[in-house]
Amino acid sequence: MKKYDSLIFELSNPDRRAFEIPKNDVEEVSLESFLPKESLRKEAPELPQVSQVDLMRHYTNLSNKNYGLDTGFYPLGSCTMKYNPKINEDMARLPSFTETHPMQDDALVQGNLELMDNLDQMLCEITGMDKMTLQPIAGSHGEMLGLMLMKAYHQDKGDTKRTKIIVPDSSHGTNPASAAMAGLDVVTIESKENGEIDLGELKDALGDDVAGLMLTNPNTLGLFEKQIQDIAKAVHEAGGLLYYDGANTNAIMGITRPGDMGFDIVHLNLHKTFTTPHGGGGPGSGPVGVKERLVPYLPVPFVEKKEAGYKLSYDSPKSVGKISNYYGNFGIYLRAYVYILSMGYNGLKRASEVAVLNANYLMYSLKDHYKLAVDRPCKHEFVLAGINTDIAEMPTVNIAKRLLDYGHHPPTVYFPLIVNEALMVEPTETESKEMLDDFIQAMKDIVEESKNDPELVKTAPHTTPVRKLDEVGAARNPIVRWKPEE
Amino acid sequence: MSELYFTKKHEWVKVEGEHATIGISDYAQEQLGDIVFIELPDVDEDFERGDDFGVVESVKAASDIYMPISGKVVEINEELEDSPDLVNEDAMTNWMVKVEITNKEELADLLSEDQYKDFIEEE
Repeated sequence: MKKYDSLIFELSNPDRRAFEIPKNDVEEVSLESFLPKESLRKEAPELPQVSQVDLMRHYTNLSNKNYGLDTGFYPLGSCTMKYNPKINEDMARLPSFTETHPMQDDALVQGNLELMDNLDQMLCEITGMDKMTLQPIAGSHGEMLGLMLMKAYHQDKGDTKRTKIIVPDSSHGTNPASAAMAGLDVVTIESKENGEIDLGELKDALGDDVAGLMLTNPNTLGLFEKQIQDIAKAVHEAGGLLYYDGANTNAIMGITRPGDMGFDIVHLNLHKTFTTPHGGGGPGSGPVGVKERLVPYLPVPFVEKKEAGYKLSYDSPKSVGKISNYYGNFGIYLRAYVYILSMGYNGLKRASEVAVLNANYLMYSLKDHYKLAVDRPCKHEFVLAGINTDIAEMPTVNIAKRLLDYGHHPPTVYFPLIVNEALMVEPTETESKEMLDDFIQAMKDIVEESKNDPELVKTAPHTTPVRKLDEVGAARNPIVRWKPEE
Repeated sequence: MSELYFTKKHEWVKVEGEHATIGISDYAQEQLGDIVFIELPDVDEDFERGDDFGVVESVKAASDIYMPISGKVVEINEELEDSPDLVNEDAMTNWMVKVEITNKEELADLLSEDQYKDFIEEE
């Protein structure tokens, strides 16, 4: 790849412009006349000044270094990096959507409101919940809302001593973080070796001070929590609620539903399961669905269907209030709506089946070269416990870096924490058998290299725009802002 | 005379009289990889056994560190704030906190060095 590593600031030349603003043909108004003096800056900002052609080349060169789903395989476990069909983009660009504004009167955006109402019902049907809010703009945002709802529910019943939330030690890092943000105390329980909940541990932790349990199913090791109904029963009997982290929904669409398993609150990651853009900061969308008894606490506004048409309603006295600007990321969940309509029930079910098939194909193809965290058919993802040390020794981090030279994005590494040298692989349903075979071959080749030429693997990557990065230096002494040379 | 104990969460405890010095084991630092940040409690803070009293952040993960015994913090190793990598260099001498022990009976529940060695071999 062509070497290019300039910053836009370094290209700056005070005589150049990418665009000239036309001469002002109305009367000039001085800034001082309408802004307070202390709001005015004394010096002009040091914005880079470049010609248009330099500007275009700069960003095009940078974008060529980018790696994404449109460039290659991205088996990042727990992230569901599946291909985003372009029909989503086509529909999102329809002027009837792009030319609407959230401040418009309900009567002028009936189509948008109808879409929100329909999507709410579809997501309810997929998850087995009674009502959804589309407001959360990320999975973690959905988690936080879910916990706020849990809290509101208990408090409304006068049950104020429920301050604890139980999370298994294999849970996603956002779970304890969201619980802490929502003002709840986190109680971590140890999972069994296969990542499943230890029912005994759970029962010991339950009590009249527990607000609920946060869980993913399939769990972080990609295994279905078979005792889920017993778990739900135990939590409900102790007066708690069950929260479903939707990170792993890609394994179960059309097959089972969190609502049927006994969960009370669910969040979905539309940017994972429902093909809206993922990574690079999103924007994401993390709708939250609840069972009937929690509906009164959902955020406002919500869409109501009246005889005269759709209407945004704020009439919900027990609501936790508004949790995002306007109505969440409309342009994003509209893409998920398009995806669901293009796939249909059978299509979504097929997607989950193929996602599970692909993951098992990879897992069993790699089982002689790598250690399996659990030797049992997986769902949509699986965890390897590092290289097979009978063949060669090589830390997981070096295997991940070497994969870059083979043109693949590495899997998630060192997560979940309960597996040593973890490599967490999620191929998704959108990859062909040829691509999976290419990845399997690369993973096997790296094992051979680790045996015959370990230095090659340890010094990888060799072919990327930048070589092995100093992660310790970056964490300890980050340089986050460019400064002109003195 | 000092006695050395370990926990299943990979902390070590060195007991001298009424005081205990606490750190993380060599196995723990090796599993964590390069440590980039260590957060320690304030002096005079009280902890119950099992409470998390700090965080160790490495290039791989951020992990809580747990109090092996109940006690009050009397000293923290301030050197680790600027040089957390000392724990990677020698986890057994670069301690984290010193506490005044509240309940010496709790020591009976800790692992001896040999028990700990057996435990990590099983891991």
